[in-house]
Amino acid sequence: MSDLSTDPPLVRIGRFLRDNPMIPLLVFLFLLIAVLEAMRPGIVMPVRAGRDGLISTFWVGNLIKFAIPLAMLAACQVLTMLTAGIDLSVGVVATVSAFVCATLSSIWGVAPAVLIALAAGVMVGLVNGFGVGVVRVHPLIMTLGTGLIATGCLQVYQRLVINAGSVVPDFLVWLGVGRTLGMPNGLVLFVPFAIFILWLMRYTGFGRLLFALGSNERAAKLSGVRAWQVYIALYVLSGFIAALAGLLYLGMIRQTSLSLANPLLLPSVAAAVIGGTSIFGGRGSYAGAIIGALILRVLDTMLTLMQMPEGARTALFGVIILAVTALYVRITGAR
Amino acid sequence: MTDTSLLDASGIAKSFGAVRALTEARLTVDRGEVVALMGANGAGKSTFVKILTGALRPDAGRVLIRGAEASVGSPAEARRSGLVPVYQEPSLIPDLDVADNLRLGDTPVEPFRAWVAELGINRLKLSDMIGELPLATLRILDLARALAAKPDVLLLDEMTAALPTDLVERVLKVVRAEADEGLGVIYVSHRFAEISQLCDRASVLRDGRTVGDLPIEPGVEDRAVELMLGQTLDLGARETSGAVTRKTGTPRLAVRTLAARPKLSDVSFDLYPGEVLGVVALEGQGQDELFEVLAGFERPGAGTIQVDGVPVRFSHPADAIAAGLTFVPGNRSEALLSQRPVRENVALPFAARLRSWGQLKLRRERERVGYAIDKLQIDTRAQGEVQRLSGGNQQKVTIGRWIATGVETLLLFDPTRGIDVRTKRQIYPLVRELAENGAAVLYYTSELAEIPQACDRAVVIFNGRVVDVIDASAADEATLMRAAYGLTNGASAA
Amino acid sequence: MKGLVRKHGWSLGLGLLFLLLLAVTRLIQPTFGASGFESLARAALPFAFATAGMAIVVIVGGIDLSVASMMAVAAVLAAVLMERIAGVPALFIVLAAGLVMGLVNGALIVLTRVPDIVVTLAMLFVWEGVALLILETPGGAASDWLEAGIRGFFPVEGIPQALLIIVVAIGAVWLPVRRSKLGLSIYATGSDERAAFRSGVAVGRTKIAAYGLCGLFCAMGGLSLAALTGIGEPVPGPYLLASVAAVVLGGVVLGGGRGGLLGPIIAVFILRIIRTILTLMAVDPNVTTIIEGTIMVAVVMLGTWLTMRGARR
Repeated sequence: MSDLSTDPPLVRIGRFLRDNPMIPLLVFLFLLIAVLEAMRPGIVMPVRAGRDGLISTFWVGNLIKFAIPLAMLAACQVLTMLTAGIDLSVGVVATVSAFVCATLSSIWGVAPAVLIALAAGVMVGLVNGFGVGVVRVHPLIMTLGTGLIATGCLQVYQRLVINAGSVVPDFLVWLGVGRTLGMPNGLVLFVPFAIFILWLMRYTGFGRLLFALGSNERAAKLSGVRAWQVYIALYVLSGFIAALAGLLYLGMIRQTSLSLANPLLLPSVAAAVIGGTSIFGGRGSYAGAIIGALILRVLDTMLTLMQMPEGARTALFGVIILAVTALYVRITGAR
Repeated sequence: MTDTSLLDASGIAKSFGAVRALTEARLTVDRGEVVALMGANGAGKSTFVKILTGALRPDAGRVLIRGAEASVGSPAEARRSGLVPVYQEPSLIPDLDVADNLRLGDTPVEPFRAWVAELGINRLKLSDMIGELPLATLRILDLARALAAKPDVLLLDEMTAALPTDLVERVLKVVRAEADEGLGVIYVSHRFAEISQLCDRASVLRDGRTVGDLPIEPGVEDRAVELMLGQTLDLGARETSGAVTRKTGTPRLAVRTLAARPKLSDVSFDLYPGEVLGVVALEGQGQDELFEVLAGFERPGAGTIQVDGVPVRFSHPADAIAAGLTFVPGNRSEALLSQRPVRENVALPFAARLRSWGQLKLRRERERVGYAIDKLQIDTRAQGEVQRLSGGNQQKVTIGRWIATGVETLLLFDPTRGIDVRTKRQIYPLVRELAENGAAVLYYTSELAEIPQACDRAVVIFNGRVVDVIDASAADEATLMRAAYGLTNGASAA
Repeated sequence: MKGLVRKHGWSLGLGLLFLLLLAVTRLIQPTFGASGFESLARAALPFAFATAGMAIVVIVGGIDLSVASMMAVAAVLAAVLMERIAGVPALFIVLAAGLVMGLVNGALIVLTRVPDIVVTLAMLFVWEGVALLILETPGGAASDWLEAGIRGFFPVEGIPQALLIIVVAIGAVWLPVRRSKLGLSIYATGSDERAAFRSGVAVGRTKIAAYGLCGLFCAMGGLSLAALTGIGEPVPGPYLLASVAAVVLGGVVLGGGRGGLLGPIIAVFILRIIRTILTLMAVDPNVTTIIEGTIMVAVVMLGTWLTMRGARR
């Protein structure tokens, strides 16, 4: 790519960074890790605290382990944000999926339980897709509404199975907490998943359409794209991913609750936004969102070390989302 | 020009990025004078109006009202300084009633009522909701509101476009009478009949420059057309002589008595394979609606469309594309994914259908996109994002999208708007070549000089109707301009 | 008279629907009387205020997703302050805080040029965080008079005090605004921003003011929450979707410019009485939540669909 070489170097650097958002993100991640190490010497590099090992595989493994469900939910946000949407039902869907899987496993066995859990996610996605794609309700309102309904359904369901007890399937525990060579087994699920999402976004017609709808829905329509088809498929996929993430999270936490994965919602939006995905659509990177998830986890550790109260953390995430978006508007002059 | 001038604007310049909309516009209005502001499409008229009314700030020049520098930063300020505009489209709030709209703009009620009655609207209640009133009434209310504000200068921008004849007469009479009382009026219009009835003088804009003032007298039409045309750009010679024989057989596209709200009322024409049919129309004569309907964006209010003799109904652009009708809109930003690369933009139609959602066929895509890029000589040095390309190259991308998929019927809406001459000269032969290879092309352009360059025939649309069909290759620009202004009498619809 | 009917036709229809539902309630539970209506009005308090605030920003052409969070902030602030200082100054501090929160929302929207929906989504989290910072766990205590103030009847048996508060508080704020230039500007901006600008309306300032009013109503909502529970609860309640649904059902068009506050307030009572009916029919309260949620989503969908059809014409 030989850009018009008349621009001053600073502009070219800025453009280069914009085309390769991974570089500043990675720099920022390592900077944060360095700060963390300075705050608590030895946490990342045990050798500095006089213990064995240059880099703590335990710490790195832990970081990755907790970032995986977040990164999976962030995939839902990246994909929907590409079309200028958002999916606020993912937290509830993940919770429902985990709860359904745990309770049904003890009644019908593991395989049907997992299938029904995933189907629940697909169902919610279908309703979202219908509302967004056909009726054209704003995705924020639509997914908020289905999330609320799904929560209600979960509570009713809980009453029905209250005596059944719950079982966390072994393979989910293995995925969730198991380690191989210090690295979490969750990667067995996550690596193919991430490759699939990256492939979907870059090398499929569907991925092209997501970008197209988000950058200019009229242009897409002009080219013969029937948007509702894409929206339904998109939100179904998002629901499925959320359900999958819920299963993994179940294996990680190993207990059920009616609000298990709900706290992951806000960070999943933040991870996508930090990773360079524009909430206005047409621009996004899943690799960025993965780094974003790692950054948030490191930040989380830091805030915990600083004994930052929960409220400040929530507010900070909100400020981050707003600041990054406002900055984006300032730079690009978009909407 | 004297110190009694109500309005004296001089040296006005305005650029949008690299595009210079106005270079040196001027306008004076004296007490009791009605001045027509004229100019062909793209002459900078609407920019000039926006500057006069304070919606835009000029880069250079000054606007004096009653000799005092008017710092018009907003419409409210322009109003306070004494210049009151009536815009092309109603600027009343649809969800408020008449009384509230008056209150919002601090318009005194009694004078307003008097003006409304004077202008011939009798059954108006102050509690009527604006949104429920007919368009013509709204135009009158706009005018009455402006008059009630006791302006020094009144600016009427295409005021009569939506009015029935009797109301037009009424408006002209009232405005003339007010001018005789000392009001200054700027009258922006395309209609010579009204201008000669109402105005004292016409000020003509061309390419962002005021090129002359004409006293209104018999024969002013020809002088004005001449001034509006001026020295036209050399657009290059037409390459192929293109034997213009009236095509026979089944037309590719047969349009009959097509109507679509708000401006298209009755359009019929045939478009044959191998033909480029021009559309000659001033701004807002219904050509926008025509193209939207043909492209499947809007449903027609009446009339039929046949493609290769088969009646069609489009409910989505995908239906139009399936019937071979592909649309290149005038506003490039409507058609481009500005943040995406050239390749994705050109290849967008490939992925549109459900069955091509899977893995991309990158090799085939590259071949076909490469073909289109070569064909159009798109400068692809800046591959990253389409928005970094020049305007001309962007336009080529929107056309290239359909070249890559294969063209049957191409609907080009002002494809050369705001692009450089070099690119323009590439586009005409391309359009000709497409036609020679069997495509049918409908070609609207705001630049009349292009019609003989690119087209075989041209339909003239005025006020939502086809008023004439012209043999394009023989037509000179003055003929076209006269036709576009509705000055030809031979209304022989196709 | 005819004009009045036409202008308020929708609200009138909603009122009749409410009376019908009231009759249905009596049919199911013949003992449902004044006290039942009183508890209904009490339960409707926070919803009514959230809806009033939401209605104003929707009329101006925006939307505020942070209503529930602002209410949470106001509720905990009230509970914390009333435990420490006198109730009346605390009340005014809370109202001022609500106004400021709303103004901050509006100013951020106007200054950053980020769309309303995105700004208020971020602010939803920010205000939620602020509520948690003020009070980490439910606690504090609302003044006794505040708790007592929303109970019982005034001035006569049959008119619940809570209903009176809703009418007086919303009327006292909205009616003067509605009649002023600001009210006109709010409708004008939501109806057609460009035409409003051309008519001399300061569009940006109008938007900020509308969000400020929304914040003020959210503060009232928070106060009523504190009065209902007697404590401050830092977790936002389900008021966002409920208020959007009530606004749409109440005849305010998403996109702005049309509707008033009367319709949405009646809509709140309709949504509340449906819950009462379901409860009286001994439907599982969780199932009630599902039905309620479904009704709200359906209302919003219908509203959007109608708006789209209107826009196409």
